Order: sequence, then C-alpha cells, then structure tokens
Amino acid sequence: MLKNFSKYITYNLLGLEDGTYFANAIDFFIYDTIKIFLLLSIIIFVISIIRSHFPPEKTKRILSHKKEFIGNILAALLGIVTPFCSCSALPLFIGFVEAGVPLGVTFPFLISSPMVNEVAVVLLFGLFGWKVTVVYIGAGLLVAIIGGFVIGKLKLGKWVEEYVYAFHNGGQYEIAKQSFKDRLQYARDNTKDILKRVWLYILIAIGIGGFIHGYVPEDFLTHYAGKGNIFAVPVAVLLGVPLYSNAAGVIPVVYALMEKGVSMGTVLAFMMAVTALSLPEMIILRKVLKIPLLCVFVGIMTATIIAVGYLFNAIL
Amino acid sequence: MEIKVLGPGCYNCQILEEITVKAVKELGIGAKVEKVTDMFEIMKYTMSTPGLVINGKLKHAGRPLPTLEKVKELIKRETV
Repeated sequence: MLKNFSKYITYNLLGLEDGTYFANAIDFFIYDTIKIFLLLSIIIFVISIIRSHFPPEKTKRILSHKKEFIGNILAALLGIVTPFCSCSALPLFIGFVEAGVPLGVTFPFLISSPMVNEVAVVLLFGLFGWKVTVVYIGAGLLVAIIGGFVIGKLKLGKWVEEYVYAFHNGGQYEIAKQSFKDRLQYARDNTKDILKRVWLYILIAIGIGGFIHGYVPEDFLTHYAGKGNIFAVPVAVLLGVPLYSNAAGVIPVVYALMEKGVSMGTVLAFMMAVTALSLPEMIILRKVLKIPLLCVFVGIMTATIIAVGYLFNAIL
Repeated sequence: MEIKVLGPGCYNCQILEEITVKAVKELGIGAKVEKVTDMFEIMKYTMSTPGLVINGKLKHAGRPLPTLEKVKELIKRETV
C-alpha cells in the first residue's frame, strides 16, 4: 500500500517519467521516509510507555539488590529503556553508588543507555533490515555486559571521587503515581520531542540512500576499508571515540560509508564508538571518576568494540 | 513563593530556566527563580534533570520539558 502511495506521488502527482534514475530515487525517498517515520512514531511511543514504568529512581532500586552477574545483564537491558542524556549521567552515577549498586553493574547501564536505544533500532531496521538490527542490539548489550563485568572484577572503587561516597539521601525518592492516561500523555509528548530532534538527520540518511547511490562508485572505499583491510576496524573505532553524536546523527554517516563499500562490521563498530564514547561525556564523568578509572573505562570499551567489529565482519 | 530550577548547566536546564522566568513574569507574581547547580542539592529532589521545584515540592523532572503553559499552570496551582 505504501509502495503504491509513493509511486502515485512520484508518477501521478509529480508527473515524473517512469523508469528514469531520478524518478526511482524520488520514489524510494518518499517510500522510505514514510515507512521510517511511521515505524519511529509507533516504536518510540511504545518504548515511552515502557519507559514511564522505569524512572531512574526505580531503576536504581531494582539494581541495588542484584548480584554482579544477573545485575550486569539487567543493567544493560534497563539501559535501553531508561532515558539518558550526558548531563543526567552524573546524578545517575551518584545515585547508583549511594544505593550500593556495584560499579560492575553501574557501567553496563551507562554504556548501553546511549548506544542501544529505540531511535538506533528503528533506523537500523528501516535502512538495513532486521538481521543487522538484531546483531547490533545483541552486540551492544554484549559490549555493555563485558565492559561492566571487567570493570567490576578489577575492583576500581578507589578510583571513584571520594565525595561521591559522601552523598546520603536515605535513598528514598517519592515516585509519582501515574495513571495510564498520564503515561499515554507522556508517551505522546516524548515521541514528539524525539522526532523534533532527529527528523533532519533521518531525512539526510534516507536522502543519501536515494541519491548518492548512483553517483559515487559503490566500491569507492572498499579498497581502503573493506573486509580485506584488517586495520579498518581499529582505525574506524579510534576515529569514532572522540566524536560525539547521538544514534540519529551518526546514521547518515554510517549509511554513506556502507553504501560506498566499507564493510558492515567496521561501520557498526564506528557507530558504537561514536555513541558510547565521547569527549563531552568523559569530561562529565571526570567529575565522579578519577583519571585512571576513566582511562580503564575508555580502554576496555575501545578494545571490546574493536573485537565486536571483527566479529561483525566475520558473520555479516 | 520559592521556585528552584535544578540542573548542572546543560542545554535543557537553561531552556527550563528561561521558560520558568518567563512564566513568573507573565503571571506577574513576585516569585524568585533560583538556579540550583550543586549536584547533591539537586539529588535531594530527583535523579532526572532538569527539575522544577515549587515551594519545596518537585513538580517536574527530566525530559520532555514542560511547556510555558504547563509551568504557568504548576505555579498557579501553588499560589492558591
């Protein structure tokens, strides 16, 4: 139905000539735009409703009584549905420490929250299909769990700034009671809020898919960053670490790189490095973590993401 | 009336402060809007920034930000 609709606009309303390259690109652009925005609206709405059940105060309570192994996995999963922006990382971190959440359980949360979220999932699904999406989610969770596990095992509590331990709130926040109607309202506002922030990036990504497609040779970058080059993954990850963008912002770049012959694993590893690690985030985390712990965090993450990149390249 | 905007200084916190100051001005009440940036002070109320506290009670926390109308309504409710 959607296909017919976009064909109708392209050929009947716009009156473009059938079968030309330009008409195909327009047709593709309209179809993908509608499809992805529909998907985004529905999925963000659904996730927002789930999210309204897990405010950080509640997440903290859930994680405070968990053993490391189960806690790791649970924290990575909760990271997906809990709202996160780099400025809320601090209160989250301090709150978790106060509630007695081990470091090994706090980190999976901090890692998966920006890296795996509904926007990333919908865009990957809409542009690359379900297989890539499933692999990305799985790998994102894996990176978060492994990163947290290693940090937990290293017992680095001494490298958390002392003042963090001085915070005592009794650990109890009042969690406002919400009716189902409140949750629907929140979901609607949140969907609008997110769409407003990401729509331009998404149009750019889809535009790249439709228009650059035919103009730059497809194997343009294959020689430099295809599967054959074993340095492609580490170089892509090292480039991505200092860069800062949310999942929506990095997707157009990811799409363009992939179209031009950079292999999937390399591109996804790049995307993880950009979303999970960034200079601004490090500056914020520096307020609660001493430099050695910060370096360990970045080091472990970089190594794990590189490993995952190779794994992707091998299986995709 | 005592109004506090809680936020460590990120973009969203600044926007909420602007909205709140504007709401107070448009309502024409003599409330003082205080910006709270100290993390421990913020965390007495919430873990989600930015936050809006009116007369010691948390009225809003986190994203999406409330609209100007919503903030006005929250303030009006407290003035009665």
